[in-house]
Amino acid sequence: MRIQAGFRKERIDRGIKARTDDIFAIASCREILYLVGPRFLLIAALLIFPLLKSITGIYWQNVLMITATIALLALSWDLLHSVGLVSLGQALFFGAGAYATGYLNSKFGWSPVLAIPAATLLGALFSTALLYPVLRLRGIYFGLITFAVPMLLMRIIEATKILGGTEGISGLTPLPGITITLYIIIAVTLVCVYGYQRLFETDYGLVFKAIRDNDRSVIAAGFNIQLFKAQAVFLAALPATFAGAFLTHHYQFVGLPAFAMDYSVLPMASVIIGGPGSFIGAMLGAFIVVPLSEFLRTFGTLRIVIYSLVLLVFVVGLPQGLFHYLKRKYDQFERLVPIEEVEK
Amino acid sequence: MSQDTIIKVAGLSKNFGGVKAVNGVSFELKRGEALGIIGPNGSGKSTMINLITGFVKPSSGKVFYNGRDITGLSPDKIVNLGIARSFQMAKPFYNMPVYKNLIIPLFSPRARKLAGGRHGDRDESAIHLLEEVGFERDSHIPYKPAGSLPHGYVKRLELARCLALEPDVIILDELFSGMSMSEVAGILPFLERLRDEGKTLIMVEHRLRELFRVVDKAICLNFGEKIAEGAPEEVVQNEEVKKSYLGSEVVSGA
Repeated sequence: MRIQAGFRKERIDRGIKARTDDIFAIASCREILYLVGPRFLLIAALLIFPLLKSITGIYWQNVLMITATIALLALSWDLLHSVGLVSLGQALFFGAGAYATGYLNSKFGWSPVLAIPAATLLGALFSTALLYPVLRLRGIYFGLITFAVPMLLMRIIEATKILGGTEGISGLTPLPGITITLYIIIAVTLVCVYGYQRLFETDYGLVFKAIRDNDRSVIAAGFNIQLFKAQAVFLAALPATFAGAFLTHHYQFVGLPAFAMDYSVLPMASVIIGGPGSFIGAMLGAFIVVPLSEFLRTFGTLRIVIYSLVLLVFVVGLPQGLFHYLKRKYDQFERLVPIEEVEK
Repeated sequence: MSQDTIIKVAGLSKNFGGVKAVNGVSFELKRGEALGIIGPNGSGKSTMINLITGFVKPSSGKVFYNGRDITGLSPDKIVNLGIARSFQMAKPFYNMPVYKNLIIPLFSPRARKLAGGRHGDRDESAIHLLEEVGFERDSHIPYKPAGSLPHGYVKRLELARCLALEPDVIILDELFSGMSMSEVAGILPFLERLRDEGKTLIMVEHRLRELFRVVDKAICLNFGEKIAEGAPEEVVQNEEVKKSYLGSEVVSGA
């Protein structure tokens, strides 16, 4: 005899998802909209926001600036994570880019047009060289080193009084108006998301993923994984050092706060909330973490309490991250299927 | 060293602290030969393989490959010279589809060099390799996440991973462990074919009956020392091998 023992949830791809899986099978406007819609909405929102200065006020424009900065750092974190390297010190990259452009601009008078790209590259090379000896470490051991390095650099600058010491370097060349500035950093963020996603679709990117799954088998396939990890660190450093260099010119100042722990913690929180591995999730995460923190300022002392609770709800409720959750809801529907058990 | 010696191990030793995992082992292997390494647990078989493939650096002794001293070379360099190995604890790349697991070795410096500029479609090569080691071509298994593979298939995948490198020497560390009788029976003819095609094989195994269908030479290790060497039938008749490894049970080869 069969008895009904309850229900289980079944997830099924929507018809439109199945039809649009293959890019050549697109037949209708509705299907094109299904594919392009979410991307278009995201990009449009990002492009329109800087134009709404009169409505949002300069304050929220600045919040967007910080958000995009954290998004770039979060993208960087997500790439490292995809190779199996957990970074607790994104501030290293940020600070390296920030100090590099500060030095080039103040000492040699390089304009930001030259100094920012140069600082992006130099900062990334510097960070890669610094982390190279510890790339063979894994998991928390690598994380602890990256945690210590920004603090170490901070103290070195403080003690030796190089690069302006505790005073920092001020009076740097400003960036053009906030609207153009925002468009530049938004464009860089979007290019970075796209670039990273494409990278991971190539065979070269597949090696990164493989190192995370089982580095021993990658060695046994004839790859020098130390070299691959170094390349990953360099590629991951680029958006982060750019963010550092860019924000430095925005503030016209670089100092010890460039190595602040915020730049290490917020990107990590962003990726965990947004969902690792997709890059777009990292970006979405930053767009929740940073504005939420600003929005809660009206709550005064309770701000941190509410902030922590919201983050907690996200982590517990959506452990795989917001992006993967939204994508699943978008692509699949759920239904309850009765479970039947055979009674003996 | 004769012209067709492909691997020569000379006085190889490895100490882990005070433990002599491998102690002064020497042997030679000719091109196209199939060697079985047997011995009780902890006798140094896997360490032996790690020493040859560079995953562990020897305390003393040398390894020669095609007459070239490869002692102390990094494991990725040794692989690219043509010595591929499998792992006893085979772990696939969990988060990829099964066939993507083979893109990694197919994309390796060695495979790319051998393929020249015309590597064609790596995805197609991967599916083809899977088919060779016994995955059904038209099934959906190659496209499933590798994390969902049953153990027997993981082992086959591990073998395919070695073959993707087009190696001259294939070293298999307990390929049969954890495989059912029928799974082993399914893969044996394939190993015999590899041997007949002239690949040089080194196999570490506990399943002697099956092992001896493939190899034409065996050595037995005990406490890191070589206690017997020769044709498989001779090795299992050796008194010391019987005492330390086989017990009273008599295993007849082939």
